[in-house]
Amino acid sequence: MNRIARAWDSDIAWSFRHSPVAMLAALVALLIILSAVLAPWIAPHDPFNPASLNLMDGFTPPMEPNAFTGNVFWLGTDNQGRDIFSAILYGARISLFVGFSAVVFAMVLGISIGLLAAWRGGWVDSLLMRIADVQLSFPSILIALLIFGIARGVIPPAYREEMAIWVLIVAIGLSDWVQFARVVRGAALVEKSKEYVQAARLVGAHPARIVLSHILPNVMGPVLVIATIGLALAIIAEATLSFLGVGVPPTQPSLGTLIRIGQGFLFSGEWWIILFPSIALLALALSVNLLGDWLRDALNPRLK
Amino acid sequence: MAEPLLRVEGLWRRFDVSKPWLNRVIEREKPQFLTAVADVTFEIARGETFALVGESGSGKSTIARMIVGLLGASDGRILFDGKDMTALPASELRALRRRFQMIFQDPFASLNPRWRVGDIIAEPLRTFGLATGAAAEAEVGRLLETVGLSAKDAEKFPHEFSGGQRQRIAIARALSSKPEFIVCDEPTSALDVSVQAQILNLMRDLQDEFGLTYLFISHDLSVVRHMATRIGVLYLGRLVETAEAKTLFREPQHPYTRMLLDAVPDLALSGRRRKPVTGEIPNPISPPSGCAFHPRCPLVHDRCRETLPEPHSTATGMAACFATKGDRAETETAGTA
Repeated sequence: MNRIARAWDSDIAWSFRHSPVAMLAALVALLIILSAVLAPWIAPHDPFNPASLNLMDGFTPPMEPNAFTGNVFWLGTDNQGRDIFSAILYGARISLFVGFSAVVFAMVLGISIGLLAAWRGGWVDSLLMRIADVQLSFPSILIALLIFGIARGVIPPAYREEMAIWVLIVAIGLSDWVQFARVVRGAALVEKSKEYVQAARLVGAHPARIVLSHILPNVMGPVLVIATIGLALAIIAEATLSFLGVGVPPTQPSLGTLIRIGQGFLFSGEWWIILFPSIALLALALSVNLLGDWLRDALNPRLK
Repeated sequence: MAEPLLRVEGLWRRFDVSKPWLNRVIEREKPQFLTAVADVTFEIARGETFALVGESGSGKSTIARMIVGLLGASDGRILFDGKDMTALPASELRALRRRFQMIFQDPFASLNPRWRVGDIIAEPLRTFGLATGAAAEAEVGRLLETVGLSAKDAEKFPHEFSGGQRQRIAIARALSSKPEFIVCDEPTSALDVSVQAQILNLMRDLQDEFGLTYLFISHDLSVVRHMATRIGVLYLGRLVETAEAKTLFREPQHPYTRMLLDAVPDLALSGRRRKPVTGEIPNPISPPSGCAFHPRCPLVHDRCRETLPEPHSTATGMAACFATKGDRAETETAGTA
């Protein structure tokens, strides 16, 4: 109880309560995340169960009864009669899963490389940071496409479909670790020279212990900020890849896949197929991004 | 003097301050080295407080870091209790490490802000395997009370304490492995003057209680006067004078020591005229030839510009100066040799 009260009184909580943008963004993000997690229970239809689909329901406009079956769908249906609202819930589920996993993967990789570079210094540092520089000179979506292409060539066709989502996570994660590594290295270099690290070295504490229990907790602040903004970027990267048709398989459509399906009907008048998934993606990415911006300002003592 | 606890022999430390290799090749520059510590020799007897004084950049902290093993020596030997630490195998060094500790300058940087005070103090205990669990907790409580804090403070984080209290925590950490020898690197220079005396008195009380030996590093002569039994004066990495604390303040030998003492504020109001320190410490990358102090020395002589004065014993201890050796006349005739 005491702990909760103290957290409520902390600077971060104060800054949160005084930022309407942050509160609104948190509300929207929380709403989307909750409905995505609870999709199997709250979605009116299961859009990916072929047995429950009726092709006659196809192209139903939002809030209008279908001409043949008389069924009403809140946000309409796509060409195969799938409920758009349910598809968005399930699609957000996949987008969020891929986004979270990719960021966690990039974070673990980036933190490890950054800490290693800062602690060892010398040629290890130079080598790792030059690799990071080279990677930074390519657009990250290009790197993700490259990794995806390599994985396609390596993985046997029989496993491609079930592996696709993991390949996507690795591809986005690998294209995104550089900024974590750079920030961690910079912060760790500052911490490494502080006297509390020297005091630990003095008594002969193991280097791994010094890095993990002394330095790591002190560099996590900036890492959390880029992780939040990185989540928005990863969700957009996933949507971009799926839109390009190299992401998740069509049997598990994410928000990006829905937008790709929708853009095929943009000029034939079925506007709802592309509009609602796009709004969902925009709301998700924007709210997470705004939260990241707020967190960055709240944790920056110079902006207080 | 009995067998010294610590003996430093001909200690050198050079830092490579060259530009990166590629820049050197393109700009045709040679590697550059900074000599931070040059040929330093001294002994510290058990139970005494040996102070190293000098201006910023004189190599005080570098010597401290080499003694505790945070920095390697470029040349020379460091003997702790007769064992050469620069040549000892890692396993024996580990056993030796428990017997010395360090108190750092900045109590705001020397305590990990994310650790509880209890964990900070217990770190040496756990690392050396001296105590774990409830025994370590009890020991931490006892240590906190020894340095004048409460055993309940173990639960708090460092930011809940003032600078003086933090330095007490740092002292408790240094004491936790029951060391015989503590290197104090300007332990009070980051503190308010009102708190400095409390910390210094605490350190003296602890010295009496546990029979500690201190290497005390400071640029503040009034603090050194309060603490030290013997003093070494450093100038540009070289020891220019060592003497008993009392005699050094009464009869400074080396002209640099005199200059430092003349600059100390006259709190006794004896009417002594206070002379400001003149000049600045030279660039250690390209030190002056001969005696490094010669550009600032009031007693400078031709020989000082060419030849490095060897340390020699004086009435009060040791000094490295031609003028104090009293053979100025002799050197003028033999100096050209």
